[in-house]
Amino acid sequence: MIDNMIPLRIGSVVKRFGGLTAVSGVSLDVGERACLGLLGPNGAGKSTLIRSIAGRVLPDSGTIRVFGQPAGSPAARAELGWVPQDLALYPLLTCRENLEAFGRYQGLRGKALSGGVAWCLEWAALADRANDTVKTLSGGMRRRLNMAAGLVHRPRIVLLDEPTVGVDPQSRNRIFEMVEELRAKGATIIYTTHYMEEAERLCDTIAIVDHGHVIAQGTKEDLVAQAFGGRSDVLMRFASTVQNAAAWAVERGGTLEDGAAHFAVEKPTDIGPLLDAAIRDGLEVIDVVLRRPNLESVFLQLTGRDLRQ
Amino acid sequence: MIGNLTNTIEMIAAIVGNGFRALRRDRGALILSFILPIAFFSIFGTIFGGRGGGGTPRVSVLVVDQDRSTVSQRLIQSLLQEPSLDAYTHPEAKKGEPVPPDYTAASAEAAVKHGDSPAALIIPKGFGEHPIAFGPGADRTPIRLLHDSSDPVAAQMVAGILQKVVMTALPGAMAKLGMQYFEKASGGLTPQQRESIASAISRQPTPPSQTGPPGDTQLIALDVRDVVGEKHNSMIAFYAAGIGVMFLLFTASAAGGSLLDEAESGALDRILSSRVSMTTLLAGKMAYSALLASAQLTLMFLWGAAVFHLDLFTHVPGFIVMTAATSFAVASVGMLLASVSHTRAQQGAISTLIILTMSAIGGSMFPRYFMPETMQKVGLLTLNAWAIDGYTKVFWRDEPILNLAPQVAVLVGGGIVLFLIARRFARRWEYS
Repeated sequence: MIDNMIPLRIGSVVKRFGGLTAVSGVSLDVGERACLGLLGPNGAGKSTLIRSIAGRVLPDSGTIRVFGQPAGSPAARAELGWVPQDLALYPLLTCRENLEAFGRYQGLRGKALSGGVAWCLEWAALADRANDTVKTLSGGMRRRLNMAAGLVHRPRIVLLDEPTVGVDPQSRNRIFEMVEELRAKGATIIYTTHYMEEAERLCDTIAIVDHGHVIAQGTKEDLVAQAFGGRSDVLMRFASTVQNAAAWAVERGGTLEDGAAHFAVEKPTDIGPLLDAAIRDGLEVIDVVLRRPNLESVFLQLTGRDLRQ
Repeated sequence: MIGNLTNTIEMIAAIVGNGFRALRRDRGALILSFILPIAFFSIFGTIFGGRGGGGTPRVSVLVVDQDRSTVSQRLIQSLLQEPSLDAYTHPEAKKGEPVPPDYTAASAEAAVKHGDSPAALIIPKGFGEHPIAFGPGADRTPIRLLHDSSDPVAAQMVAGILQKVVMTALPGAMAKLGMQYFEKASGGLTPQQRESIASAISRQPTPPSQTGPPGDTQLIALDVRDVVGEKHNSMIAFYAAGIGVMFLLFTASAAGGSLLDEAESGALDRILSSRVSMTTLLAGKMAYSALLASAQLTLMFLWGAAVFHLDLFTHVPGFIVMTAATSFAVASVGMLLASVSHTRAQQGAISTLIILTMSAIGGSMFPRYFMPETMQKVGLLTLNAWAIDGYTKVFWRDEPILNLAPQVAVLVGGGIVLFLIARRFARRWEYS
């Protein structure tokens, strides 16, 4: 595929802030109509990477190209719709006025502007609140308007930086529907989150980011297979009186997180020997769960840390 | 009971401690609390206390001698030596050029009209023959006092000081007049007595340069005339411009502060990720601020016209030129204040300090001609002074628009320079 046909191509990008390396040699290609999830804990470097793509952060080295154009160039900006994590809106303007303002900043005029605004209001389910000021909207509505303000110029690539932070479950579902609608319309989406269920639901490929590195990349199934093969996750809880559970779990190749021992087993019948060992060693087991690993398990397996840490 | 009281005192102490801890970490509040009062105390002290300003402000007066008599020359000599006056018989010579000719009645009047000096004294021909007289209706030649009533104090000061100077500068004339009254009352002097007294009067020394307190005996007749023109509410244009510019600066500071709000909310990031460049954004903010300032000034002058009979409608072109230049300059100050500040609180503190300082020394709070000469010159570093001078030229002196060139050049040029500096500081927002 020729370079200017690839929506997003990131090559060995490095960004340092003083002594902190926020992005460390990240390379990614994102194909047309793809939805790439950047999954990682807070401070992993996801937002810095997104801001670099949006042209708001200048990498120390590496290249970022948007349909073949350098990030930050006018041509690249026209193709991108960036939805920042912050509510970047004019609080004293109405929904319509906000959308018109950001549309004009993208160079829209006349019918292109009014059409873009009308589409955004419908897409964000805010048509009935079009003439209300932002400060009168609920948190979920503000989030939706924040998303719409980044898309009024109908970009081909959409950068969504943690769009569901601080919203209630109902509004979160509405936002998921909005993203799915975008996907259905053929947009290429880069979606950062530290909620694995969001990445699992919305993204077809996922890049796990930690300490500025992409430590794994692929579909959910690929990632699970890479980290666990055919193994399943066993979660074992003990009575609170157990003192040496951590050492016991580590001796058997597991870890102890939040008071529960985690083990990877090849087949479900491997639970039996673990239970026998616990009883033999005097540990009072109160709960045992067998589950296929998810992205959170993958992250824990790859980094030794919880996604929400 | 005592335990409860102790608890309450401890709670109050904790609240006080927290207050001081928070204040120590809030630089803006700290500056407003301590540095601002000291800064203002110093500024007002310098203006009114004379410190650094060369003592009591001196009144500038031009002196024209049409009489060219011994008496008139002695009077002029005393006026030149009078510490309360800055008296000039001719314009100041430019460096390396010969001394210009003495003022004539016409050139002195033109200089007062132009605002070079608030007053001029013209000693008419024949003054030396009858310089003074006691009581009203007496035979004497009046000195003409031409003044600019935009400075209402100067003319009164010159008139008072003139009476005082006469008392000390013309002792011979005083004695001669006294003898005439004495002769009239006593029935006459012998020729020897008259000759002896005349000889004593002629031997009177030149008066000392420093004299006692000013008198108001009205020994000299004064023909006082306002040469700038009969105007209603002469000070309205001054206050509209002075107060207007001060509040415009606060408005421009608030408008510029929206940049900081947008930076804090993330909207600035989003705007700069679109096709809007930093220069375009700053220019847009400045245009908004300048238009707002123009609207405010227009409203103030319209109010002045409606309520205080300010003659706005015969000065529309000059008003437009000065309002455009002033609004541009004020908006650039707002941009600069926002771009050098890192937080809204910091911007609030810096703006209050700078705007009040500029307004105090620039003449927005009280006319600069009340200030010592040094402070008047320092005031020229503020845009308030240039704006007020420009509006005064338009509304008070009826000067043609071309004469506004210095004020417009300084305001527009200064505005451009401040905008460029603001743009330089705004680079920190462009990229991380």
